Amino acid sequence: MTNLEKYNSIFRRAFRKTDEELPGLKYQGIPLWDSIGHMDLMNDLEEAFDIRIDTQDVLDFTSYEKGKEVLGRYGIAVE
Amino acid sequence: MNFYDIHPEYRNHPMLIEDTGQCVTYGDFADFYHRVETQLDSGRLLFLFCENSIGAVFVYLSCLNRGIVPVLLDKNLDHDLARQLIAAYQPEYVAMPDDSCIDPHSSPEGSTPPENSKVICSCFRYQIIQCGDATTRSPLHKDLALLLTTSGSTGSPKLVRQSRRNIASNAAAIAEYLELNDTERPITSLPMPYTFGLSIMNSHFLVGATVLLTRHTLFEREFWEFFRREGATSISGVPYTFEMLKRLSFFDMELPTLRTMTQAGGKLSPKLHREFAEYAERNGRRFIVMYGQTEATARMGYLPAKDAIRKCGSMGIAIPGGTFRLMEDEHTEITEPDVVGELVYEGENVTMGYAQTRADLAKGDERGGVLFTGDMAKRDPDGYYYITGRKKRFLKMFGKRVNMDEIEQMIKQQYDRIDIACTGEDDHMRIYLTQADETFCSQVEAWITEKTGLHPTGVRVMPIDAIPKNISGKTIYKNLPEM
Repeated sequence: MTNLEKYNSIFRRAFRKTDEELPGLKYQGIPLWDSIGHMDLMNDLEEAFDIRIDTQDVLDFTSYEKGKEVLGRYGIAVE
Repeated sequence: MNFYDIHPEYRNHPMLIEDTGQCVTYGDFADFYHRVETQLDSGRLLFLFCENSIGAVFVYLSCLNRGIVPVLLDKNLDHDLARQLIAAYQPEYVAMPDDSCIDPHSSPEGSTPPENSKVICSCFRYQIIQCGDATTRSPLHKDLALLLTTSGSTGSPKLVRQSRRNIASNAAAIAEYLELNDTERPITSLPMPYTFGLSIMNSHFLVGATVLLTRHTLFEREFWEFFRREGATSISGVPYTFEMLKRLSFFDMELPTLRTMTQAGGKLSPKLHREFAEYAERNGRRFIVMYGQTEATARMGYLPAKDAIRKCGSMGIAIPGGTFRLMEDEHTEITEPDVVGELVYEGENVTMGYAQTRADLAKGDERGGVLFTGDMAKRDPDGYYYITGRKKRFLKMFGKRVNMDEIEQMIKQQYDRIDIACTGEDDHMRIYLTQADETFCSQVEAWITEKTGLHPTGVRVMPIDAIPKNISGKTIYKNLPEM
């Protein structure tokens, strides 16, 4: 599985969306991506990519697109 | 003096600061109230659809000053539930944000609003609407001050009836044990209709402090920018809030103005309790675990900051003016330490009782100052209380109380051919369905989480061959599969 496939599958499961619906998805933009959803998303990504996302990056992770940038900082290319 | 009275001596104190930058003083509230009071008739009912904003707080406090009874609801309440509540209680007034699309009438969607319905006030992005002719509606009890929901989201029209004495005494007790003064600046993103969030406001208004209102969550940069810019002195949350704070490496944050952290809305794990208590001690701050219920206005117990480590896992002692006792049954009190019994609270903040319909709002006090909490607890030899479990079938889901029997009934009404059992632990609800496959389970999960606003993360819906029952047909919950 590529990083993008992994990334998308975590988003799909967390927010009950299809691949087509992921672009443009924002924190607080849908009911499921609230603070509870965000905490779970961070945990799932950390587990899947074996990283530890630090505080500034947890706050920076504001959208589906921004999240790819954040993971890039940990050497994970999502493309 | 009550927290909602107009305090001339606070006139120039900042009262509320929004994250939009807007700031109002206690004097601004006095001016607002004098503008609206003549347009509002006392002894009426008002539905207030709340957000954390100046407009919502001003309408709330104006009601208390004018002798109007507000029902506090979330502005994002499901529209069907809002309509059911409006139909059950027939409010004379509805107040909501200008941009809200709530229909203030119980009439079916799309039909024309009744005659005499008009906007009578619009200020601070809030509007108050008068709903039709008020003369025929049944009266409210003279002591009644405020109505709050209990389980909030299961569609039950049940409201808790709080008296003037209830809300005034509880705000004063909280201000006393937290030792609040006018230099406090609590930051709050807890919703106003949630009794814990409301109690923060009430207790701070009593002492002329400044409440920082934000719509941002802990996971947004704006929350922390607002915190630092306005110099917040306290932060409050439910157990889940403290898990989030830990996730954000809160212990390493530079927050020089922070003095106090308070926790309520369910039992914090002893591990997190200890971590926050130790952080507080290392940094010269206070960490205060508290205990309460809407049925007791808000607060019944607190663990003094000095005992936070020594009595880790305890919810503490009764608030000033209140007493706890443990009961073996309705009549037999437990006097020896370390024996579990039902926790009973006695104090001025024990509410009048429940309401299910408009007619119930004429009722007087049904509890006489005594509340059987439904929580099981024990007391140590030093007199500190520990919650050990629950007598009734409810869970705390991310700080909100949810009655599991009501969840079962909701699903039963929607899907009548199946059998259901709802069980679980705090923040983790499990629903078992008979005659169901995975697809059907996800369908039910989507439906119930949407209807109740429960977060799907905390809800699992699973198929089961048969619900374990006893001879009389009652579900044996302990025989459901363990997780």
